[in-house]
Amino acid sequence: MSATSIPMHGRQTGWSLPDRGTVGMYCLIAAESAIFTIFVVAYIFYIGKSVSGPQPKDVLHVPIFYTVCLLSSSLTIHFAVRGLRNGSKGAFGLWWLLTIVLGAIFLGGTAAEWRHLIYDEGLTLQTNLFGTTYYSLVGLHAFHVTVGLLALATVSIFTLLGYVKQEHAERTEVLSLYWHFVDVVWVVVFTVVYIIGR
Amino acid sequence: MSTESIAWPAPEAAPRPLVDALHEWVSTVDHKRLGILYIVYALVFLVIGGVEATIMRIQLIRPHNDFVSPQVFNQMFTMHGTTMIFFVAMPVVFGFANYLVPLMIGARDMAFPRLNAFSFWMTAFGGLLLYYSFIGGDGLYGAGNAPDVGWFAYAPLTAQTFSPGHSTDFWTLSLLVSGIGSVGTAINIIATILCMRCPGMTLGRMPLLAWLNLTMAALVILAVSPLTAAQVMLLIDRYLGAHFFDTQAGGSAVIWMHFFWVFGHPEVYVLVIPAFAFASEIIPVFSRKAIFGYPVMVAATVSIAFIGMSVWAHHMFTVGMSSAANTFFVLSTMAIAVPTGIKIFNWLATMWGGQIHFKTPMLFCVAFLFQFLIAGLTGVMMSVAPFDWQLGNSYFVIAHFHYVIVGGILFTLFGAFYYWFPKMSGKMYDEPLGKLHFWLFFIGFHLTFDFMHVPGILGMPRRIYTYEPGRGWDIWNLIVSIGVFFQAAGVLVFVFNLLRSYFRGEIAGSDPWDAWTLEWSTASPPPSYNFATIPEVKSRRPLWDLKHPEDPDWHYE
Repeated sequence: MSATSIPMHGRQTGWSLPDRGTVGMYCLIAAESAIFTIFVVAYIFYIGKSVSGPQPKDVLHVPIFYTVCLLSSSLTIHFAVRGLRNGSKGAFGLWWLLTIVLGAIFLGGTAAEWRHLIYDEGLTLQTNLFGTTYYSLVGLHAFHVTVGLLALATVSIFTLLGYVKQEHAERTEVLSLYWHFVDVVWVVVFTVVYIIGR
Repeated sequence: MSTESIAWPAPEAAPRPLVDALHEWVSTVDHKRLGILYIVYALVFLVIGGVEATIMRIQLIRPHNDFVSPQVFNQMFTMHGTTMIFFVAMPVVFGFANYLVPLMIGARDMAFPRLNAFSFWMTAFGGLLLYYSFIGGDGLYGAGNAPDVGWFAYAPLTAQTFSPGHSTDFWTLSLLVSGIGSVGTAINIIATILCMRCPGMTLGRMPLLAWLNLTMAALVILAVSPLTAAQVMLLIDRYLGAHFFDTQAGGSAVIWMHFFWVFGHPEVYVLVIPAFAFASEIIPVFSRKAIFGYPVMVAATVSIAFIGMSVWAHHMFTVGMSSAANTFFVLSTMAIAVPTGIKIFNWLATMWGGQIHFKTPMLFCVAFLFQFLIAGLTGVMMSVAPFDWQLGNSYFVIAHFHYVIVGGILFTLFGAFYYWFPKMSGKMYDEPLGKLHFWLFFIGFHLTFDFMHVPGILGMPRRIYTYEPGRGWDIWNLIVSIGVFFQAAGVLVFVFNLLRSYFRGEIAGSDPWDAWTLEWSTASPPPSYNFATIPEVKSRRPLWDLKHPEDPDWHYE
């Protein structure tokens, strides 16, 4: 009985189902979207409700350069995955690395902005409702960028060690879904914090 | 199609050391073992939560009783609610989903077995964290202070000023941790159902249990995540001095209510949809008829999930919202009765003209049908905002939602326990003891929760630790408390039955109910790989097709 062969692949019935990694990632993205929704709702609800300064229009500057960096990283990760799918590991490694660099620049931008707000403008989480909601929402996004960067860096290390091959294109694509999600969330956060909120 | 069970080689004669067996359970990634871990874990907490309820009912059995102090009473209702929802109902639902979904869709395991183990242990440690507060949580009344802010923990009571110490943090952190586990399991259930079905198992041929658990998992993802977000905000408020729920800095206490109930109401459907799933599997088998209106059942379930996401503020009519908001939530709440009613009629139509076998699982499901109907009717009463203004936060509300959770969800859960116990253990439960459990619990349930409506209408508010004599509440509270002891006796019979049958029950065989879904095609208990060869199905009742090759279902579907 133990010798029963199990035909897991190649059934003739043409039975095919979605990839579980992709489905799992979309579900995770749905859960994360729900979390971000609550933080965005809190931010919008509290716009203009701070009982003391500083107010957003006095201290916030639109981070155009860093936004361009983060949004372009969606493009570079797309090229990386396409490269790997076509079997070009070199192109994959370079585009992937460029994605990490762009993400890191964005994170550096957030850090510089926070430093300016804390030390020059005296805005902290405790100052007023603007500080509370601003640091929470932007911080939640920055946390997701950080997690994404750690995951991307892990793949980079595996690439340098030569473990990543063409057949892993699907898996890198699953990770790229997460990265695209982080970028899309930034579009929402950017709109709410730097356009509507100001 | 080859679904016959295979002979598992006889276990080695020498019993393994206990440490090895324990190690296997702790390190397991098998969906069946994790399912059983979830279920046993939930049963332990069911007893704990039941003891807390009993303590409250003893305190309220007569006016001016001093069985426990007001402080302890506050801890009891907080811990009872939190335990029953997060550490009994959710784990038991996940346990059954874990155990049954892969078996029913012809898969060998869940889509992500290690995520599955991770999710279980997160939930498990969440519960331990909550209960550690009894020993280590310091609060307003010193050390050993369990959370006492109520299970929905309204702001600003949870602010550092009003809840000093760490008892509230234990509440927040335990829900945060178990929430991560819940979302992990939900992702796993969805990925399993969408990606692991055996050949021929199209979405339209899945057992209803799989469909309903798919809906439940989607709701968990959309409902538990907001709770996680709200808990993070509360932690930021308490630890970093932020002002989300701090009214003195312009923050809003009402927004916490919205964030909590955006989770809290869909949570009811997270729990009741799997209960519907059990009923949808048990009622057809014991009526010897295929489920009536399969596509309508699926559509009704999905619409319950959709409407269920937009009714949350009916918990907040008494808070004072705008007329527009009140009207919206009145109408959406009433609308949800329509798909629910459709389901009740479909179950009745399934029974209609069938050969009904009143075994214990069926008894529980029939009781569920009528009790859930009454629970739904009081729900429609409460959905009318002016009626709710009168009875909000009274014992009428308590009676209503316990009618849903005990009369609806717990009854079908007991049915599910008896129905799948032979599959999980390989042994048959004791039928007379099962019937005794049913009648004891049935009588206890009705004594407690039918009569609990009355003091609510007479004005008795929830969460009071005692009351004045002579308000007309005394006799009702006495009856309500007496019912608790019948329920407790029923649960004791239940646990005794499970334990005795596990060790000394008759061998059940792979298909004791002559049922139709794939889990009954493999051995009891199923081998670790579930199916020796992955089955192929052609209809919604693959075992019917196998047993009746002359008249298979796929001729009609």
